[in-house]
Formats: sequence, C-alpha cells, structure tokens
Amino acid sequence: MAIVETCKLSFDYIRRDEEGNVSSINRALNRVDLSVEKGEFIAILGGNGSGKSTLAKHINAILYPTEGYVLVDGKKTSEEINILDIRQKAGMVFQNPDNQIIGSVVEEDVGFGPENMGIPSENIWERVEEALKILGMWEYRKHSPMRLSGGQKQRVAIAGVVAMHPECIIMDEPTAMLDPAGRKDVIRAARALNDVERITIILITHYMEEVVYANKVFVMEGGEIKMFGTPREIFSRVEELEKMRLDVPQATRLAYELKRRGLSQLPDGILTEKELVTELCRLYSII
Amino acid sequence: MLREMTLGQYYQVESRLHRLDPRVKLMGTLVFIISLFVSQKAVCYAVATVFLICMIKLSKVPFGYMVRGMRAIVMIMMITVVFNLFLSPGEALVTFWAFTITKEGLRNAVFTAIRLTYLILGSSLMTLTTTPNDLTDGMEKGLGFLKIFKLPVHEIAMMMSIALRFIPILLEETDKIMKAQQARGADFESGGLIRRARAMVPLLVPLFVSAFRRANDLALAMEARCYHGGEGRTKMKPLKYKAWDVRAYVILFCYLALVVLTAIVSPV
Amino acid sequence: MSIILDHINYIYSKGTSEEIKALDDICLEIKNGDFIGLIGHTGSGKSTLVQHLDGLLRATSGHIYYDGEDIYDDGYDMRALRGKVGLVFQYPEHQLFEEDVFKDVCFGPKNMGMSDKDAELAAYSALRSVKLPDDLFFVSPFELSGGQKRRAAIAGVLAMKPEVLVLDEPTAGLDPEGRDEILGLVRELHDKEGITVVLVSHSMEDVADYAGHIIVMDKGRVLMDGTPKEIFSHIEELEEIGLAAPRVTYIMHELHRRGFNVDTSVTTVKEAVDSVIGALWNA
Repeated sequence: MAIVETCKLSFDYIRRDEEGNVSSINRALNRVDLSVEKGEFIAILGGNGSGKSTLAKHINAILYPTEGYVLVDGKKTSEEINILDIRQKAGMVFQNPDNQIIGSVVEEDVGFGPENMGIPSENIWERVEEALKILGMWEYRKHSPMRLSGGQKQRVAIAGVVAMHPECIIMDEPTAMLDPAGRKDVIRAARALNDVERITIILITHYMEEVVYANKVFVMEGGEIKMFGTPREIFSRVEELEKMRLDVPQATRLAYELKRRGLSQLPDGILTEKELVTELCRLYSII
Repeated sequence: MLREMTLGQYYQVESRLHRLDPRVKLMGTLVFIISLFVSQKAVCYAVATVFLICMIKLSKVPFGYMVRGMRAIVMIMMITVVFNLFLSPGEALVTFWAFTITKEGLRNAVFTAIRLTYLILGSSLMTLTTTPNDLTDGMEKGLGFLKIFKLPVHEIAMMMSIALRFIPILLEETDKIMKAQQARGADFESGGLIRRARAMVPLLVPLFVSAFRRANDLALAMEARCYHGGEGRTKMKPLKYKAWDVRAYVILFCYLALVVLTAIVSPV
Repeated sequence: MSIILDHINYIYSKGTSEEIKALDDICLEIKNGDFIGLIGHTGSGKSTLVQHLDGLLRATSGHIYYDGEDIYDDGYDMRALRGKVGLVFQYPEHQLFEEDVFKDVCFGPKNMGMSDKDAELAAYSALRSVKLPDDLFFVSPFELSGGQKRRAAIAGVLAMKPEVLVLDEPTAGLDPEGRDEILGLVRELHDKEGITVVLVSHSMEDVADYAGHIIVMDKGRVLMDGTPKEIFSHIEELEEIGLAAPRVTYIMHELHRRGFNVDTSVTTVKEAVDSVIGALWNA
C-alpha cells in the first residue's frame, strides 16, 4: 500500500495587502501526482523555487492543498482530526538544524516528539536511547547542540524524528547548509534508516550525487513534476537536466561528453565513478 | 566578546546542584533574592556571601566562567553605584566642586553593588545548573496553581525555555552581522549618543529579520513534531522530590531565617 | 596592490581555559590580479584568516602589510582599508537592511566618505556589474531570491570600489544555477575589471574550475600553496585532512591504475574528455 499519495495536488501562495484583499496569487504546485510505497527511498530533485519544499510541507500536514488531496497512510491531510497521526507517521527534517532543535541537551531534544505524543516517561527514554544509537549520536547525549558540528546537529534532528517511530521521514534539503563531511554523514544516515530500519525516506535535494541510491527520482521544476524514473533513467537525460540547471555529477557528465565526442558504445545513465571506469576498461579491451 | 556572555547559559557538569529538582532551585533563587533585600547590615551580607560561595562550590561551575558573564552588566552597575554615591543625603564625608559624598551614600553604593552582583550571580547559578527544559518543567509544575487564574503557565514556561536556548545563537549572529557591516565601513564605536543609536539600525534590522525567520522555522519544526500545547503531553523527566530536594528546602529556610535573624539582632 | 601576511598568529579567548589557536604562523602573499581559492574544512581557520585581511580581527602577533604599509601602525586608516579589501560574508541576510536594494548598496560608499551623488553612481555601476535586473533596484532586499540577495550583497561591497574582493563561501546553500551565476560573476569581475579575488570555499570542484592559485589550510596553518594541478596531485595529503580532489581527478587516477595512458593531473571535466579520447586514440 502507498504510504504517501498525492492526487492532482495544487497549491497557491496567496498574498494579501493590509486590508486583506488578495494582492497576488502564486502557484507553487500544479497538479502533482506522486505515490510512494512503504520502504522505498525516494528522491525529489529540483532547483530553488521548483516547489519541492512546498510539496514536502504538504506531506507533513503543515500546508494544505488548494486543490486535490494528499493521503498519508490512507488518511487525508486536510482533515483536522488526522493531523497528529499524520505528523507522527510522516516525520520531517528541515534544512537548518539550528532552527529545529528545541532542547538545550541532545537527549532532551530527541525526547521532545515522544513527549508531545503522550508516551509514558520510561518508554520515552527507551525511544531516545534507541534513536540516538541508530544515528550514532548516543555518546553525545549529554552535549549541548550548540557545540556539535553541522552534520552532527542534523543527525540529532533526525534522531528526534526517529524517536517518534515514523513510517516515513521527509528530509527537506537536509544537507544544503552542511560541509562535504556533514553531507556524507547525513546521507549515510538516511540510507541506513532505509536499509536497516525499513523506514520510507523522501529525500529532497538539489545535489544529484545524493540521489544515486534512490529507488525512484522525481525531478521538479516550476511546481510540476517534469521527470520521473530510476536514477539511471534520469541520469541519462543529461541535456534536459542541464536545461533545468541541475548539477550532474562529474562521472555522469564525463560519460556524456565522451559519448558526444564519439564513444557511442558507452551506455546511458552512468551513475558512479566505478561504473564509468569499468565501462571504459571494457571499451579499451575491445579496441 | 559577545560569545563570552555566560548569562543564562547552561553549563554541563555533574554536581549536586545540577541534580536538584528545578523547583528547589527556583525557590532557592527566590529565597536568595528575598534575603538580599532583607539584608540591611554588613553581617547579613557576610551570611549571604558564605551561602553564595558554598553554592558556587557545590555547582562545580568554574568561578572565572561565572565572573566573565558579569562583564555585560558592568555599565549598569557603575551607573547605579554612582547614583547612590552622589545622590544620597546625609552626613558629608568628602566635598569637591558640586559633589558631595555622604557616609550613607558610600554605604548605599557599596551595598547596592554587592546586592546587584549577588543577584546576578545567584540567578545565573540557577540557569547555569538547570537545563532550559528542566527550568520549564519546574516553572510549569511549581507555578501550576496559577492555571486557576487562566494563566497559560505551560506556554509561558515553554517560551522562556526557547528564549534561553536562542540567546547564544542570536549573540553569535549579532557578532556576524556586526562584522558584515563593519566590512562595509560601518562604525559602531564612535560618535555621540544619537549617532550611535542610528548606527545600530544596520545591525538591528538584519537581526530582527533573522530572529523572525528563526521563530517561524522553529514553530514549523515544533508542529511537525506533533507539538500541540501542554495538553496530553508527557514528561521525559517527571518531577519527583527526592531526599536531597527536601534537605535543600530545609537548608534554604534555615538560611533565610538566619539572615532575617541577623537583620533584626545585629547592630551594624 | 599587494597584501603580505608576516607570521600571523591568532588565538581565540586568549588567557582563558578555552584558548583556541585559530591561526598558526601564517605567511602569505596576495599579489595584484591573483584569483586565489582558499580551501579547508570547517574550523580550519580560513574564515578567521580572511577577517584579518581587512582588519576585522586583529592578529595576536605578526604583521600585515597592505601596499607596504603595516595596517597595525598607529593612525592607519582601517576604514579606508575596509574599502580597499571588500569582504563579502557567507550569508547576505547578515548585511541587507535598507528599505530598498539601491539604498542598501549605497551604505558602503557613504561610509567611505563619498558624497551622496558619488555614492549613488558607485552603487549604480556596482549593481550593473553584478547584473541585477533594473526593476529590482528599488524593491526591498528581503523580497529577492537567494541568488539575487547574494548579488545585492556583493554589489554592496563592490560599490566601495575595492581592489581586492574576498568572498567567504559565497555559494553555500545556493542551487547549482545560483552557484554558477555567482562564480561566473566573480570570474568576470576578475577578468574584466581586474579585481584581485580571494574565494573561500570547501568545494574542490568550484575552486579547480575557477581559481588560478590554491591555498589549502588545516588546523590554522597553510598546508599547501600552488596551482590547482600542483595541489590536486597530492590526493593522499588532501584526504588526510578531510578534503578531496575533484571527483574527475579520482576517475583519472583509477583509469591510470587500470592501464590507461591518461593525464592524472586533470582537474576539470573538459580536460578529462580530451585526455581520455587521446588515450583511446593512441591505443
């Protein structure tokens, strides 16, 4: 069964002037259809202003559709009564770790979600321990988040969501503010949650190299889904991606350029460096 | 410079004071403040000093760390001291030009300085040894009776704890904004009062914009984690008094009694 | 224009238990017309270093000479120095404050003592050179997009007519489009207007593509100093300090190891294509 499903989802940002009259309407999402199965690792790619963050906020019932609907585990997000349930099932991690950590001590922050859910105290501690261990932050449980690195802060934020035992985690550009080491950390954590804990992951990003391991990739532009497929299918459409000004990984780009320069035997949609090297060696041996 | 403000920031260390129930610490701070205002005599201050030193020792927070946090309020202290020194009527000690220092003035100035210093040290001792979350819980439970008067105790406590958590972040940000504007030739240090006040605009506007954005983000993040007010919320660390908390209460009231007693009995 | 750093040390919270040595005996020279990439991971001291260049931080010991004059001399005009060394910080949100973009860009030149008219002229030409569309000149800076805000912030510094432009991670948080625009703009300023550029970054690919000269920092020290090719030939050393060469350099190394006769000093995709094609042709 689909854990997340959107149907003809449209959303308008409506701006009002001082008297409350509508001064402008800005369509951020336009008839988005998307379906995510339990246990999948989904990536949503897009540049700034493509609507990807707006979409994420719909899944967590922070924004409600102007038209169409969103179902999380079969429940409509637009119905008030479902909200807490949906937010527990579909947890959300935001871009800036500083603005989502509420506690002054790591373990207190991780306990915030379960506290809100009304979990008995002793169970909260079990959940906090489990979540921090999964994210590899257990030894930092007594630390102040202020003194952690960006990647560590983001892992604390993820642990805070994991402690709520969600079925699905939406990560809204979790790496945009991190350095390369922090980015690697967070992506590794996301993959481990998917592989080991079987939590559905919806990763929203503009870094293409982060989507290589996803089951499905959606590419958004101007509030619409423009491309959809496996990473390999997506990565083979270098020209279109470049038109959307997305950043193609160097291995993929090199393969694409080589093909253009006459190496037509190279396969489409090279994802990793290893793959490229293997393919080139194969070619070399033929020659 | 700004990052050295320690006022209100939690200091992580294992100590008896850290482990006390936050309600005890809140009450303790209150008692200590009352004791300072009851004190009119030197002996009382001696008692308060001994008490404060013992507490600081117990907290295991380095004294130097606490004192550094005081730097921010030196200006306020100077002003109060000067006012007291020159504006108290009484028996003249020294007179020069238009100013007179009186015996009472000197006494007031010294006591006010001590009172202010102890006030800050005492209350920062509470925030240094209590995490904002504990503090919130303590306030919420300790002041829970106010709910009868329709006071949103939980919300107020939550707001306070968030404010405390964001103090260091906003201080760091202030420092960055100051540098960014100085790099464009802004001058925060010279000129008269009005010029200086105007020079603050390029600092305050970005700071407010950022604070609002952060507040907005944080509200979203809290909602996303199922926050829906105090109702139906459980506690990770439910507050329960332990043996040491009761002992602490006893010590506190003995201390207060001692101060009141010396205030009445002592001649100086 | 030239900047010489002579045995610069900087210690945070000096005299306390939390003393941190942020810069450790830095000796450097920035020459007229350089395009320098300054790389290092978070906490390597690169941001601290650039804040010394325009006197925002004062070295604990050592000297900095701008055009032969010691900037720590008594009576040295620090404000004028900040006009000559334009420093753009990571987040434009930290500096934009006026009602409209144009006024905001005027802030720097006015502080430099320019008359209103000169300041406006400088602001106009700065906004022109960062290619901000004309219709955005008089909107609130808070209504701009991320990339536009950055351009407005750069214009705010350019309007002071600096000889050196220092950018502290100008592309953090931008999408690829925004990043290419900003870096392209910086390159143009360097090539066309002859401004000396110091670009602080942790993206190897960016630095390899744009800089003519790279300085690598680690733990407050300058670890390497050379052309991109020289720097990226030391892959192991870079990895030891948590950095890496551009991905394409790794591919070339791997191909070389597998028997390809390719150039391992390649740092950009374009060079790599030529090298691989060449190797296959010669096979």
